Amino acid sequence: MLEWLMESPWMVWSIAVPMIGAMAVFLSPRVAGWVGLGFAGLTTLAGLAVVAQVGIDGDQLYTLGGWGAPLGIDLRADGLSALMLGMTAVVGIAVSIYARVYMAADPDKERRFWPLWLFTWAAMNGLYQANDVFNLYVGLELMGLSAVALVALTGTGQALWGAMRYLLVSLLGSLAYLLGVALLYQSFGTLDLHLLGERVEQGWLLAVPLAAMIAGLMLKTGLFPFHIWLPPAHGSARAPVSALLSGLVVKASFYLIMRLWFTFDPAGEGLPLLLGSLGAAAIFWGSFQALRQTRLKLLVAYSTVAQLGYLFLAFPLAGMDPTLAWGGAIYMGVSHALAKGAMFLAAGSIMTQSGHDEISGLDKVVERMPLTLTAFALAGISLAGLPPSGGFIGKWMLLQAATAQDLWFWAFVIISGGLLTATYVFRVLGFAFTESDHKREAHDVPPTMEWTALLLALGAVALGFAAPWLLPLLDGVAP
Amino acid sequence: MTTNALLPLLIVASSLVTGLIIFMLPERAVFWRTALNLGGAILKIILLVIMMFGVFQGVEYEFRVPLVPGLDFVLYADALALLFVNLSAVLWLVTTIYAIGYLEDSPNRSRFFGYFSLCVTATVGLAMSGNLLTFLVFYEALTLATYPLVVHRGTEIARRAGRVYLAYTLFGGALVLLGTIWLYSLAGTLDFIDGGFVSALEVNTTVLQALFWLLIIGIGVKAAIFPMHVWLPQAMVAPAPVSALLHAVAVVKAGAFGVVRIVYDVFGVEFTDLLGVATPLAILSAFTIIYGSVRALFQDDLKRRLAFSTVSQVSYITLGVAIAGPIATIGGIVHLVHQGFMKITLFFCAGNYAETLGVHKVSELAGAGKRMPWTTAAFTLAAFGMIGVPPTAGFITKWYLGLGGLETGQDWVVLVLAGSSLLNAAYFLPILRTAWFDPPPDKWPHERQFGAKETAWALLLPPLFTGALAVLFGLLASMPGTPLDWVQLIAARKYVS
Repeated sequence: MLEWLMESPWMVWSIAVPMIGAMAVFLSPRVAGWVGLGFAGLTTLAGLAVVAQVGIDGDQLYTLGGWGAPLGIDLRADGLSALMLGMTAVVGIAVSIYARVYMAADPDKERRFWPLWLFTWAAMNGLYQANDVFNLYVGLELMGLSAVALVALTGTGQALWGAMRYLLVSLLGSLAYLLGVALLYQSFGTLDLHLLGERVEQGWLLAVPLAAMIAGLMLKTGLFPFHIWLPPAHGSARAPVSALLSGLVVKASFYLIMRLWFTFDPAGEGLPLLLGSLGAAAIFWGSFQALRQTRLKLLVAYSTVAQLGYLFLAFPLAGMDPTLAWGGAIYMGVSHALAKGAMFLAAGSIMTQSGHDEISGLDKVVERMPLTLTAFALAGISLAGLPPSGGFIGKWMLLQAATAQDLWFWAFVIISGGLLTATYVFRVLGFAFTESDHKREAHDVPPTMEWTALLLALGAVALGFAAPWLLPLLDGVAP
Repeated sequence: MTTNALLPLLIVASSLVTGLIIFMLPERAVFWRTALNLGGAILKIILLVIMMFGVFQGVEYEFRVPLVPGLDFVLYADALALLFVNLSAVLWLVTTIYAIGYLEDSPNRSRFFGYFSLCVTATVGLAMSGNLLTFLVFYEALTLATYPLVVHRGTEIARRAGRVYLAYTLFGGALVLLGTIWLYSLAGTLDFIDGGFVSALEVNTTVLQALFWLLIIGIGVKAAIFPMHVWLPQAMVAPAPVSALLHAVAVVKAGAFGVVRIVYDVFGVEFTDLLGVATPLAILSAFTIIYGSVRALFQDDLKRRLAFSTVSQVSYITLGVAIAGPIATIGGIVHLVHQGFMKITLFFCAGNYAETLGVHKVSELAGAGKRMPWTTAAFTLAAFGMIGVPPTAGFITKWYLGLGGLETGQDWVVLVLAGSSLLNAAYFLPILRTAWFDPPPDKWPHERQFGAKETAWALLLPPLFTGALAVLFGLLASMPGTPLDWVQLIAARKYVS
């Protein structure tokens, strides 16, 4: 039995199950919530099973239908893929449980939410395990389109406007990426990542397609100054959708940048410096914008802009000890997924309860919803990189990479970014303690919603103690 | 020699777990909350007693798990850690009793006591930290756990005070983080060790000086060293038990304790002196001592006066450390305990005046001694201690500090001590005179009656207990088992080389 479990092609299941689930929900609209949640649970199990396989047996390779590359399609999962799959599984199931309750009030939207979300999940899982640049494109496109539809689900004018922008950006980004794929194929005659890695030589033939691909992916990740689409899209979507977009979807395109970077290992110092500088600019710009917001969800959305900047700091810091810098960035990314998911879910609960999300009108929310506010606070602690939390570990590793090479500017960016984050997080928490005469409604929030947010935030804190077990997965991933 | 990993963890967990359970308790579960609070506090003391026995029998206590690549999360118990843990555990129990009485019938008590426990957890963890990284983790955790206590009342003033508190402490935390990581990249280790590990490094002196100031300023924010003391008087909006704990054990003391750790176990006191940073630190401390006292003179609000007094008194500890001589070391470290007992008594008494009579200002205290003789007696004892009247604990501190200054040829220290004692007398004696000898008003601002007693037992017994100890620590200073006795042992270890 155990052997069968270990041998089973979980990599395929992690993609196929959510696909089947999406169609099953479509066919059973009356019980959409429960069917969707059931398949979400199965997808989580499949994802975690891949993590276990990689953790125990090392890198996994699966050739679909027995046809190897370059003819057939290969699925491949290394430590980085496993970490991403695990992150998606944990955040995915938490958001699914939340969404089952949250969406139940609106059966019409519920029926549309679940297929779209399961498709997004399938696309992300596919993307994390794809082993050639074209399948990566397929995953990217499927993910982008489903994500746009998820934003549009809200149905308000503002959300449609946000979704439209998101759609254009997403298509433009994929197109730039596809252009790069075509150029690579034309120059090197293969799409397989490993073969490409062996065949490419540094030079224009690599530089041009890589620039196109990275530019497209920066657009989709929402790196400053291409972040303009992000706050309206993430801020106007329904709470579970925002949590998914901010926590997971943007990470997928960043994963793709990393994957390309690790495969091609481009020479030269200009590009890392550029990416790092844009990251630094994102940290400051996003944080200052977050400080200026009067609405909670927009604050959280701008915080995503800032936090994504941290991920790009690994490029200029990777020089001496790549494992340290990349490990730090990836750890920050994973912690951010959990923390930001929790934060959006908490913001959604507050909004559901009060009927608005004005920060100055939080009106003693600490007494009305202590669990939700705790979730928000813990998530904020992780985002600010305060110990004990996953964010602290990531920040520590990035800082260590910076100080070891005497790169003081980046150390300054990392530390002041943390202080800015703490400033906007505690601005919210301060208002949560005071009274306000802002008019508010008083709806019931089911305990499930409060608890999922809290557990997810606790996960972000627990990551602060899990580094010795998770980081070994990344050994040998970075060049 | 055996090693025990479990006990340090249990000592930290005894307040962490109680705190987490208390959060879950409904507001009206008064009995369970009280039982858990007291049970946790007593359990912690029992565990500590076991640990003390173990230490005497040569058992080593160390809990170690990896935290980040190359660095561990370490809890261990050396003599200095035990001193601070004991102080925290005893004062936590006393303050919990006081807080139960103080907050009777006020809202949000589960939240309050939950964070109260977390705050003590962080303090105890900080005391037992075995390396700078662990210290940093608890240092930040302490900031986070105290914030909800500062803003507990939920007023606009409380929110502002919380903001100022965070602005200072988080900025300090960021400096400590930078210093820690810089030190790690230079030294490759962060473990606290008698005599420090920095002296072995072959690094430019300027870099080491910069590192020293980075860490000291970062930690000095919590120790309220001038000019980083601004948050402390503002944090006075918190309920009295919080102020008591903040000033006597948790935040301010954590800062002072951090300075002790940095100087003795990271840089090594002799090397600190060699680097040429000890004297500037001593001068800064001396200035803070005088500055805090002068500011205290002009405060009419009783709690604010006490807050500035803390600014001044905590710097005795830094001064004792920075004089860099064995005798001054004794004076500085023992003041960790002495100041704790004296200051907590003063805050308990201030809370009693506010709760029982509605009096918040020094000028309103006229005749309080007749209405509340026991409280005022405890206040008097502690105030005498602060002034340094023999045979109180405060006198012992000043005696050793003065001797230490003379021993190392820094005679100016004696002048600072004398000046500070005069100033202390100048701001404490008028309070005592007003309270004891002025006629009481016809009507107190907001009086509550407690039958024949002057106030509730839970409010009266804690200050009497701590006040009595503040005198006994001075009276019996040379007996075995007193803080002074213990600190002499610590100082001997720090000067082995």
